[in-house]
Amino acid sequence: MSWVTKTLSSSLGRKLIMAVTGLSLVAFLLVHCGINACIFLNDGGETFNEAAEFMAKNFFIRAAEIGLFAGLILHIVDGLMLWSANKKKRPVQYAVVSKENSTWYSRSMGLLGTLLLLFLVMHLKHFWVVSRFTDVITGGQKTLFQEMQEVFASPIPVIVYVVGCISLAYHLLHGVQSAFQSIGWNHPKYTPFVKAFGSWFAIIIPVVFAAMPIAMHLGLIK
Amino acid sequence: MNLTLKVWRQKNTNTEGNFENYDVQGISEDMSFLEMFDVLNERLINDGKEPIAFDHDCREGICGMCSMYINGSPHGPNRGVTTCQLHMRSFKSGDTITVEPWRAAAFPVIKDLTVNRSSFDRIISAGGFVSVNTGNAQDANALPIAKEKADEAFAAAACIGCGACVAACKNASAMLFTSAKISQLALLPQGQAEREMRAEKMVAQMDIEGFGACTNTGACEAECPKGISLENIARMNREYFGAVLSSKEHE
Ligand code: HEM
Ligand code: SF4
Ligand code: FES
Repeated sequence: MSWVTKTLSSSLGRKLIMAVTGLSLVAFLLVHCGINACIFLNDGGETFNEAAEFMAKNFFIRAAEIGLFAGLILHIVDGLMLWSANKKKRPVQYAVVSKENSTWYSRSMGLLGTLLLLFLVMHLKHFWVVSRFTDVITGGQKTLFQEMQEVFASPIPVIVYVVGCISLAYHLLHGVQSAFQSIGWNHPKYTPFVKAFGSWFAIIIPVVFAAMPIAMHLGLIK
Repeated sequence: MNLTLKVWRQKNTNTEGNFENYDVQGISEDMSFLEMFDVLNERLINDGKEPIAFDHDCREGICGMCSMYINGSPHGPNRGVTTCQLHMRSFKSGDTITVEPWRAAAFPVIKDLTVNRSSFDRIISAGGFVSVNTGNAQDANALPIAKEKADEAFAAAACIGCGACVAACKNASAMLFTSAKISQLALLPQGQAEREMRAEKMVAQMDIEGFGACTNTGACEAECPKGISLENIARMNREYFGAVLSSKEHE
C-alpha cells in the first residue's frame, strides 16, 4: 500500500475525508443559500433566474459541480462505512446507557445523514435533473422560479423539505465544529469562534432554506 | 444502606454471560463502591459461592485498574473520579444499581467485570516511549521547557489508562487514551527523537486492535476520571498528518 492509501484508510484518515468533504459541502451550502435567497426579493424570480442561469452556464462552476458531487459521494460512502464499522466495535451492548455525556445529535450523525440523503434524492430530482438533463428550463418552457412554484404548490414536498432542513440543522450543529476538530484545529484562541460559527451557520442556513418552500406554498412570494 | 445490585456474571471469555441480582444490606455511606463489592464477595465466599471478579489495585485513583460501568456510566455517576473513589453516599438506600464490564471488541471480558486491556499496552509499546542516554542522570535543569508546555504535557500524562473513554464512546474509540499518550511525549524535548514514528505507529496499532473511529461526541472527555481534554485528540490528528506528510520513511 502506498503511504497515501495507508493514511487515508486509517481511522484518522477516514475522519479527515469526512471533515474535508463536509466542509466543502458547507461552503457549497453558503453559495446555494445565497443564490436561492434572491427569491425573497419578490421580483417574480427575475434576479434568481439570472443567478441560476449564470451558475448553469459558467464553465468553472460546472467544473466545480463535478468536484462537489465527487465530494458528496465520498462523504456519503465514507460516512456510512464508518457508521457500520463503528457499530461493530461494540459487539455486546450495554444494558443501561447514560445519555448525559454527549448530545443526541452528535451520536446520530449517521441517521441524520441518511435522512439528508433521502431528502437529497427528492431534491435533486425536483430541480437538478430538470434543469440539467431536460430542456424544460433551457428550452424556455418555464423558468427555474416557476418550477419552484409548481413543486411547492402541494404540501407534501414542503413537509419533506422542512424535515430535510431540520436534519441538516442538527447534522451541521455537530458537524461543523467536529470537522475542525478532525483536521486538528482545536485551540483556545480559535475554538470558541469555530463553535459559535458552527452553531450560527447550522441555524441560519437551514432556517433560510426552510423559509423558501413555506413562503412559496403560502403564496408570499410571487 | 440497603441496595439491589444487578451484576454481570460471565465465567470466561468464551462463555456467554448474564445478569445476577444481589441484595446487599448494612452498607455504610462512607464505603467506596469497591468496598461494597468486598462486603458482597465475603458473603458469597462464606456461602460457598463464586465471588465476583473485578479489577482493582491502588484504590486511590492512580493505577487505572478499577473499571466498572455503573448505571450506564464508566466509573459511575460522578465526574472526575474512578470507581474506587466513588462513595456509596452517591446512591440512595433502596436503589437498584446495574454494574457491567467495559464493553468493546478490543476489551474482551476475562471474567465477570474484568476485561483484558492489553490492547492499550500494545498501543504504548508501538511508540509510547522515549530514548534515554545511559550513564549518569543529567542535571534536571539542563533542558529548558516552557511552563505552559510542561503543564500541558503533565495534564496529558495524568491519563491512567483505565479505558473509561473507550467504554463511554459509542464507537468504542481509543482516541482519547492514544492522544494523551502521544501528547505527553510530543510536547516535551525528551519526546522529539521518536516523534514522527510515534504518531504513525501508535495510530496504526490502535486501528489494528479494533477500536472505532472518533465522531467527536465528547463522551470520553466527559467521563474521563482524569479530565483528559479533547484538545489532545486534535493534537494527535496534527501529529499524525504532520508525520505522514513529512516522514522520509516509507514501506
Ligand atoms: C447526504 C447524506 C449525508 C450523509 C449520509 C452524511 C453522513 C455523515 C456522517 C455519518 C458523519 C459523521 C462522520 C464522522 O464523524 O466520522 C458526517 C459528518 C459531517 N457531515 Fe455529513 N452526511 C451527509 C450530508 C452532509 C451534507 C449535505 C453536509 C453539509 C452541508 C454534511 C456535512 C458534514 C460535516 C461538516 C461533518 C463533520 C465531519 C467530521 O466530523 O469531521 N453532510 N456526515
Ligand atoms: S483518557 Fe481518561 S478515560 Fe481514557 S484511559 Fe486515560 S484516564 Fe482513562
Ligand atoms: S483501583 Fe487504582 S484507580 Fe481505582
